[in-house]
Formats: sequence, structure tokens, C-alpha cells
Amino acid sequence: MEIKSMHFKSRASAKLADVGLQHNLKKAKGKFVDKRRDAIADFCAQGGDFEALREAGKDLRNRVLADLDLWLEKFEANATARGATVLWAKDGAEACRLIVDIARKHGVKKATKSKSMLSEEAGLNQALEAAGIQPVETDLGEYILQINDNEPPSHIIAPVVHKSKEEIADLFARVHKKPRKTDIPEMTREAREVLREHFLSADMGISGGNFLVAETGSVALVTNEGNGRMVTTVPKVHVVITGIEKVIPTLEDLSLMLRLLIRSATGQHISNYVSVLTGTKGAADLDGPEHMYFVLVDNGRANLLAGEFNAMLRCIRCGACMNHCPVYQTIGGHAYGWVYPGPMGSVLTPLYTGMENALELPHAATLCNQCGVVCPVKIPLPELLRTLREKQVETNLQPLGERLALKAWAWVAARPALYALGTRFAVRYLNWLAGGRASIQVLGAAPGWTAGRDFPAPQGKTFREMYAARKRK
Amino acid sequence: MNDSRDLILGRIRERLGRSAANAPTAGAAVDAALAAHSASPRPPPDVDLVAAFRTRSEALSSTVDEVAVLADVPRAVAAYLAEHKIDPRAVCVPEIKGLDWRGAGIEVEARAAVDHDLVGITGCFRAIAETGTLMLCTAPATPATVSLLPETHIAVVAAPTILASMEEAWAAARAEFGQLPRAVNFISGPSRTGDIEQTIVLGAHGPYRVHVIVVRAA
Ligand code: SF4
Repeated sequence: MEIKSMHFKSRASAKLADVGLQHNLKKAKGKFVDKRRDAIADFCAQGGDFEALREAGKDLRNRVLADLDLWLEKFEANATARGATVLWAKDGAEACRLIVDIARKHGVKKATKSKSMLSEEAGLNQALEAAGIQPVETDLGEYILQINDNEPPSHIIAPVVHKSKEEIADLFARVHKKPRKTDIPEMTREAREVLREHFLSADMGISGGNFLVAETGSVALVTNEGNGRMVTTVPKVHVVITGIEKVIPTLEDLSLMLRLLIRSATGQHISNYVSVLTGTKGAADLDGPEHMYFVLVDNGRANLLAGEFNAMLRCIRCGACMNHCPVYQTIGGHAYGWVYPGPMGSVLTPLYTGMENALELPHAATLCNQCGVVCPVKIPLPELLRTLREKQVETNLQPLGERLALKAWAWVAARPALYALGTRFAVRYLNWLAGGRASIQVLGAAPGWTAGRDFPAPQGKTFREMYAARKRK
Repeated sequence: MNDSRDLILGRIRERLGRSAANAPTAGAAVDAALAAHSASPRPPPDVDLVAAFRTRSEALSSTVDEVAVLADVPRAVAAYLAEHKIDPRAVCVPEIKGLDWRGAGIEVEARAAVDHDLVGITGCFRAIAETGTLMLCTAPATPATVSLLPETHIAVVAAPTILASMEEAWAAARAEFGQLPRAVNFISGPSRTGDIEQTIVLGAHGPYRVHVIVVRAA
């Protein structure tokens, strides 16, 4: 995907001024936050201990990363023993090449896809199209984006969270050439029927992978719509494209990660479908793919191992950090300019695409630590953002005027009483985002800004408490 | 295998400081972790697994019926289809083709499902009380499409196969199959999407309805 992260500030200002977008974002944010909170409360009422779970999840991911070479070799050996082919790609371009080659080898004309953020990283759809292979996104949200001229997603779990049903109704009427519908179940049925045709006629299915299980050489896929099952059951070829960091040791570990991921992502106890897929169809099986490939992609991941950003590799792509981020809630995902938005995106984009391509992103946070508090694998996102800012200073890569803003920030940070006024800090920050104009002008120019300014209910430790603890050290 | 394999693994080993000296210890730790299958913290098991499974399935928008013995299943299926005004015609997994479907007035074909099948009937390898989940495993007698393509999925679950959590189900799969079946599908209610305005709609790409029939006798 093209990187547009250099223009975060101007894009953010435009998003703040977009009244329609502000309305859609406001509608969505409470749902995610409330559902996650309720799911965790239920889990605790069931006798579970979510904090212990987070600790165990963090621990497990750390253990895997510490011996990543060995876990990947185990995975590869077990997947190969079951008839899958394991391929490795150093970057997105190589991943695209490998997948186009696979498609050509099997005479593929059409590939159905279930959601994969890595395929967005690699720009896989464009590569397939260029090779004359039709990619069809089948996650309803991704499908909507694809038929809207390949619009980029704005959220890793809910890709069209920025769109209203009216906008989608117009799009469906135009593309499906059917009478315009605004009833969401009817719209969903219409998309189901269109996509069913594609599922049945595709020769290849491409999926991401939520986890790779080393013990069995399997990929685990988590979906609600059932499209993950479709693309891995119906076509004769199944290709998994996923990052090298996604491996976990055993099926028991998968159970742990599922308890964490699903509650954090959608606030469900379990997703409708969790599929654990291992190898190819047996001789007597009545369905399933005849060929299975894994494309394990590095694309900057290995370089983060054992360094100061190692913790970021624990990420399981749940989206909780963005759902709880006051900046994300206010401007949406597109302003971040690449595949991954929100706090995790502000860390990953400069690391994967180059610091110089995303100068403003490490500043796209209030460091309020809502993200760190909700992250299921306890990634200290504010700390990583701070480290990135420090790196910018060291390498003289600060964005224009940044020195001043940093100074102001340091001044506020040194006065804990000011920090207590979290809302005001956010306003201040957004003011900076809006280009430093007097706030009264900003309000006039960006009516959406005031509409999106409220804060989520604080949970756990605030930045201020962390800051105090840091000072004591 | 391709060139990038060595490049990527080399990069990883370099970052991790892998050496001939530390590889054997790390390798042994990896093998030990694989052998241990240790479970992580989880909620305590429910006292009444069947009741817990039922409540949580219903919370996921599945419907649940109970019958005394396996032979009662066809009549229960017929009643469900009649109630929902669905034609008494279905595809079923070969595993359960031996039941007296004809006697209950249902026309059943045992095979993999195709697009126009409206009702799919399956068994269930194990069920999980913690989340109200069905665990279906593929084999020649249990094709995956039967629980996926039709609009209505009916699953027959033997009460003794309802386990506390996924961990017990993994242990059962290891004991029964030795190696994992090609596809293990955990199904928790009808397919759904929340992509348009975060409004939940049942029936995305998979079934609109999931009906579970629990058979009390073993
Ligand atoms: S950083 Fe944490 S909260 Fe954010 S997507 Fe990754 S795992 Fe989820």
C-alpha cells in the first residue's frame, strides 16, 4: 500500500472538518469500548481473571520471540509433513511475486480473499490484478472498500467504520445495479448473494493467519462472517499470507490467545468461526483444498527482534488500542496514511516504512496510556512512541516546528497538575493538530472537532501515574 | 523452499544472538514446551456442562433442543423444519446417514453440500460449555461444507461430548485422531457481520440459523 503518512497533520485537519466522518466515528467508538468492557466483566463473573490472562499472553509471546528461529523451523517442519508448502518472503514485493507464481502454476483466474492486513502491507491486490488475476475481497467491509475503487481500510477489525449505511447503499446500488436498499440486513443479503458466486467460481483462496501453530503446522483463522471458512474450503488452492511473528507453540496456547484476542477485538467471548487448518485434503475427503501454501513474510519484522521495539512484535492485531485512543476516535484511521492506524500504527508505520516517511505519527498520541491499559499482550505503546520521538531527536528527523511542541510538551509533563486535566491536554494537542490556529477559528473552520472531543472513560493507570513512577525510578 | 528462507532465518538468528553454544539448550526448551501442552489460566469449569452449554449457545443466537436418544433426532429435526416452514429436505454428513430420516418424512442426501442446499445436518466431535461452541472435525464422513453452505445448520450433539473448555477438546482430538484433521471448525452460532455501522446482522456468508439438538443418552 502507498505510504501517505508524511501528511498526517494536514490529513488530520481535514478529517476533523469532515462532519459526516465525525458522525460515523462517534457512532462506532462507544460500541467497541462498551462491548469489550462488558465481555471482560462477563469473563470475570464466570470466574476468569483477565489480568492473569494478559500477563500469560505477554509471557507466551515473549517466549516465542526469544526463540523465533526455532519455532518457525518447527512450524515449517510440521506444516510440510502435512503436505503444505512453506515459502518465505523478505518483503511485500517478494510475497506478491510468490503468490502470483503460485496462481500461475495452478492456472488461477480468480482468487477470493479473507481479510489480511499483510496483504495490504504488500499491495497484493494490485500485484494480482497486474498479473491478470482477479482478487475478490470477501469480508463485507473489505468488499465494500474494494468496490469503492480500492479505498484503504480505516480500522484493522472494522475496515468501513468511517462509512455510513447511506454511503454504502449508494455504492451498492451503483455497483450491483439493483434498487437501492437501506435496510442493513437486506444490504447484507445482497452482498452475500454477489459474493457467493465468487466463492464458488474462484480457483484460489487467500487468507491471512491470526496464528500459526508450531505443534501441528496449522493456521488458525478467526472470523464472524464465515468468509474465512469459504476461501479455505471451496477453492482447490489455499494460500496463507502472514507475518513471521505470528507463530505460537501449541493448541493450548491458541486457546489462551483466542480468549484474549476476541474479547479485545470485538467484545465477543468467541467469534462465530475459529478454524484450525492443517495440510491438504485427504484422498477420501469430499471437500477441502488440494494445495496449501504458507507465505511467511518478514518485511521489517526480524529487525525489531531483541531490540527496543521487540515488544511491538507481540501484537495480535486486535484493534483495542485504536478503539480506545482519543486521537483515533477523533480523526479516524485514514489520517494515519498507511495500513495500520491508531497507536499500534503510529509505532509500526515508521518502523516498517522508514522513520523519514512518518515523521508526525509518533506524535499522533496524547500519551494518555488508554492503549497500554487495554492491550491484551501489554505492549507499552506510549513508551514505544516516546522512544520513537527520542530517536527522531537523535537523528534530527523532527518534523517542522516540532522542537517547540516538544518543549511545550516537556513543560506540561513537568507539571503533574496540568496532566490531571486530561481533557484539556487533548484539546491542546488537537489544537496543535489543527495547525496552531486560535481555537475559536478552529471551531469555526472545523465544526466536527467539537463534536468529537469527549474522552473515553479512563481505565487503570494514567500517563500521569506512569510518569510519577518513572520519575521515582 | 527459497533463498529468502536463509536470509530471514539468518537475520533472526543474528538478532537473537543464536550460537552453536546456546542452540541445544534453546532447542530442548522448545521441545519441552511442545511436550508439556501446559494450559494457561482459564475460568473454572461449569458444574452443569450441558446447562452451561445450552445457555451460552442461546446467547449466541443458536436454538437448542434436547432429546432422549439418537433415534429421536429425525423427528426433532422434522419438527424444527415444520416450525420454520422449511422444506423437509436436507444434506447430511455421511456419518449420520443411518438414522431413520425417511420415517420422519425428511428427504436426506449424504454428501458434501452444494450451493442450493438449504439445510445441512451434522454431528459434532465435541462441544464446549465455556463458550457454547461446536467443534466439528473434517474426515471423509464429515465434510466441512455441510455446516457452511446451507442457510440452516442443524447439529446433533451427544451430551457426554460436551466438555468444559477448548483445552479438553484438544486433548480429545489428540487421543482420537493422533494428528489434527485437515480442518477443525469451531462454530459458535449463525454467521454474522457488524461491518455496516457496527449493526449485527445474522447470516453473512454462512448459515442464518444454527439449531443444536442435544442427545441426552450416550
Ligand atoms: S498493540 Fe495491543 S491493543 Fe493494539 S492491536 Fe496490537 S495487540 Fe491489540
